[in-house]
Amino acid sequence: MIILKIEDVTKTYANHTALDHVSFEIPAGCIFGLLGPNGAGKTSLIRIITQITGADSGEIYFKGERLKPDHIKDIGYLPEERGLYKKMKVGEQLLYLAQLKGLSKSEAKARIKAWIDRFEIRDWIDKNIEDLSKGMQQKVQFIATVLHEPSLIILDEPFSGFDPINANLIKDEILRLRDNGATIIFSTHRMESVEELCDNIALINRSRKVLDGPVQEIKDAYKTDTYQIIGNGQLMITSPDFQVLEQHDNHGTFRADVKLLNNTTPNDLLRYLIQRVEVHSFIELVPSINDIFIRKVKETHHV
Amino acid sequence: MSKIWLIIQREYLTRVRKKSFIIMTLLTPILLAAFMVLPAWLVSMSDETETVMVLDESGLFADKLENKKDLTYIPLQGSLEQAKFVYQETDNTALLYIPKITVDNPEGITIYSKKNTSYQTQVRLENALEKEIENQRFMASGLDRETLERIEADISLATINLSDQGEKDNNVWVTSGAGIAGAFIIYFFIFLYGVQIMRGIIEEKTNRIVEVMISSVKPFQLMMGKIIGIAAVGLTQFLLWVILSTVVVTGVQSAFGVEAAPTPAQQLAAGRAAATGEDEETGEATKDSEGAEVVASAINAFNNLNLPLIIGCFLFYFLGGYLLYGSLFGAIGAAVDNETDTQQFMFPITIPLIISFIMSYSLVLKNPDGPVSFWMSIIPFTSPIVMMVRIPFGVPAWELLLSMALLIAGFVFTTWIAARIYRVGILMYGKKVNYKELSKWLFYRV
Repeated sequence: MIILKIEDVTKTYANHTALDHVSFEIPAGCIFGLLGPNGAGKTSLIRIITQITGADSGEIYFKGERLKPDHIKDIGYLPEERGLYKKMKVGEQLLYLAQLKGLSKSEAKARIKAWIDRFEIRDWIDKNIEDLSKGMQQKVQFIATVLHEPSLIILDEPFSGFDPINANLIKDEILRLRDNGATIIFSTHRMESVEELCDNIALINRSRKVLDGPVQEIKDAYKTDTYQIIGNGQLMITSPDFQVLEQHDNHGTFRADVKLLNNTTPNDLLRYLIQRVEVHSFIELVPSINDIFIRKVKETHHV
Repeated sequence: MSKIWLIIQREYLTRVRKKSFIIMTLLTPILLAAFMVLPAWLVSMSDETETVMVLDESGLFADKLENKKDLTYIPLQGSLEQAKFVYQETDNTALLYIPKITVDNPEGITIYSKKNTSYQTQVRLENALEKEIENQRFMASGLDRETLERIEADISLATINLSDQGEKDNNVWVTSGAGIAGAFIIYFFIFLYGVQIMRGIIEEKTNRIVEVMISSVKPFQLMMGKIIGIAAVGLTQFLLWVILSTVVVTGVQSAFGVEAAPTPAQQLAAGRAAATGEDEETGEATKDSEGAEVVASAINAFNNLNLPLIIGCFLFYFLGGYLLYGSLFGAIGAAVDNETDTQQFMFPITIPLIISFIMSYSLVLKNPDGPVSFWMSIIPFTSPIVMMVRIPFGVPAWELLLSMALLIAGFVFTTWIAARIYRVGILMYGKKVNYKELSKWLFYRV
């Protein structure tokens, strides 16, 4: 099922185009990476999805319906610039934000209780936001984002400002939410940080979409059949089926990047190696999303 | 609609629960009461009987100095040294020494006292002596005081309004007072609470909460919720001030049994009585009766004011003026990043407010039906203040209706402008805006 369909969306500000005919789909129940460098148009797109602004042209469909104000209560948004009312107590603030999303008071209170127990922050409930550390504030803000149990959660640069322990905590929560059926959109310029989490991605550069699809498919499409081998012995590859891209020898050990040619398989390479050297490590060199992005951007520029 | 209601509640509750709000709400009536009651109380405290010993070597004042209820004279005989000695032995206030003087040359009269003599005592003694010497001079010249009093004129004008409702006792002081009071409160509240709207919006912007908020509610709802919530805070504070002031003043009055001046009418009356500058000794009786007359006429005039109309109009112009200016203050808050940047935009907003207040005092009061007063009470930016001054004097219904209609149109217009600036401004950071930029925002598609 497709939870969000973005169709030919264009958005122009006074003197620049933020989004230029962008289209892609987000399947329900996945973690979706909206990736691209700073200023690519990610935040503009998110603001259109969250109905903070409107698109100049194009359509967005949420669960098959054209986006409408009523959808707001089914979307949770954590902006890049975090912020809460500094002089408001944690409990009151969560209650207020949940009620604005359409939750009843009693329902909101019950859910707040569940979350503060899960995050073990019962002691904070009567503290003012300004008395909390930055990491604590981020936790409160995360709770506020997901309290109304939206089916679409949009997180803009979610891990900035979290220490590693809390970042892991949030990561686990995100996975749990996904397993409970929510769809999560990650927006970030640090592509390596979300690569392992994302099921699908869309790459945006200079207000255009350059690439989108399931991460595995993209990686498969961009893999180069290159393997890195580390081992002992004198490696001399003479077969025309394998091309050595790079090789380092050091006191009887070697490290080599080898590309498969002529439809050979990794097993063919292994068989060839085992007869000649002692293999310690054999890894496929998979391009990172970062590499793919750079390649893709170069390609589109050449065209 | 329920969202705007939630926003109003939050804006209201967070402000009403603030310590500064509670302190200001409680302290103001207490200060007001203290201001009114304290002087009266202090005067009554010093109301003790004074006793002055008199050594009169001239014989001019024998039996002429009359005892008052709080001032007693004790005649002494003998030399000055003896008199001083006798005085030292007593608790009396002072010793008045009158050497051998003549009516034509009354020099050398001296007061001896243990403590410094109060100014009041000195003036009373001087008045008493002067009066007696004057009397004796009158006699010498063949006039008597009664003749003189018959010649002196004392006129106070009674002003009566001739209108359709028949003759009405009118008191220009009361009428002006009611108008200026209403105008001042509106002026004060627009500033006080308009700035609060601005600060609230800047706070939301700098806290970066605004993006979270407008992913849940429309920018217009957020802005209007804030404006309405703060209006409710203002009305609450105003009502509490009225109630608390009344309670505190009556409480203090009954506790101390002090005759304070609880109504502006009485205050004005007292001021007027003082302004006529009666000689205390000669006019004490007449002053009392005249003072009572003035108070009665002021109260009468106060009762003759069309209070339901004034209060109704006050609430209308209070809210109308607040909404008109409040939304502009809100637009400023949205356009800037911090309070120091607000100056250039504050200026054009405060100018009409200040001008209308100054004009109210100077021009409108003098000529409430003149062309300047008319136009200023019609134009929405000045009408909330100027019209309040005019209303107690009586304003034709069509003018009032026109002014109200324009005020409504005015705040619908400023709210529209503010909403347009607001929706762009709240997401704009780090950009110094000018008027040209702002005018562009009005027509952005968002």
